[in-house]
Amino acid sequence: MKILYFAWLRQKTGIDSENVVVPEDVSDVASLIEWLKERNEKFADALSDFGSLRVAVNQEFAELNAPVGQGDEVAIFPPMTGG
Amino acid sequence: MVVKVQAEDFDVGEELAALTEGNWAIGGMTSFVGLVRDLGGADALKAMTLEHYPGMTEKMLRAIEAEANERWPLEASLIVHRYGRLEPGDRIVLVATASAHRQAAFDSCAFLIDWLKTKAPFWKLEETDNLGEHWVEAKQSDDQAADRWKWHDREAAE
Repeated sequence: MKILYFAWLRQKTGIDSENVVVPEDVSDVASLIEWLKERNEKFADALSDFGSLRVAVNQEFAELNAPVGQGDEVAIFPPMTGG
Repeated sequence: MVVKVQAEDFDVGEELAALTEGNWAIGGMTSFVGLVRDLGGADALKAMTLEHYPGMTEKMLRAIEAEANERWPLEASLIVHRYGRLEPGDRIVLVATASAHRQAAFDSCAFLIDWLKTKAPFWKLEETDNLGEHWVEAKQSDDQAADRWKWHDREAAE
């Protein structure tokens, strides 16, 4: 699975993009975020507030219960501020 | 329908002229240009850096533009959005829509910029003298501006 981080999530995690092999019990966006939070303090801090996160799966906005799998591209970012 | 995501500046006159060239069905065009703002005061803005999600940005902008073309009878539409480091006064975004009649052009242009703000994956990092670097927070007023276009969905569903 490819995971991308943008804006302050990129800064807080120190990573812009990575390829990971997720355990089998990671089946949706919520469980992926829980798994990432357990990695280290940086991730736990960056991902601590669900409400401040937006997620896209394969470049489409996704809710917490959206399914994710090994071949997916998942992006985690704060609410957008373009325009 | 044209979408451009680029680091370089754009020439508003050239872009608008190109958009309507050769199409005599167009009776009016509306454009919106977003600029890097500095309200001055104690915490003057030095620069603003726009980060985006290459791939998804283009995809979302095309989807938003397609939505506008579905809702209004447009003859032409354009979104140009820059990324990278910009300074006060620099152009950030250009949105333009053209139609046979002005109302469709006005409304669809407002729709495009409202939707773009809440649906296109861009993030602004501000650099100021006092606070240093900080990420701009999404505004509730932007969500409300985007929400006012939702009545079209309900109407379409009826």
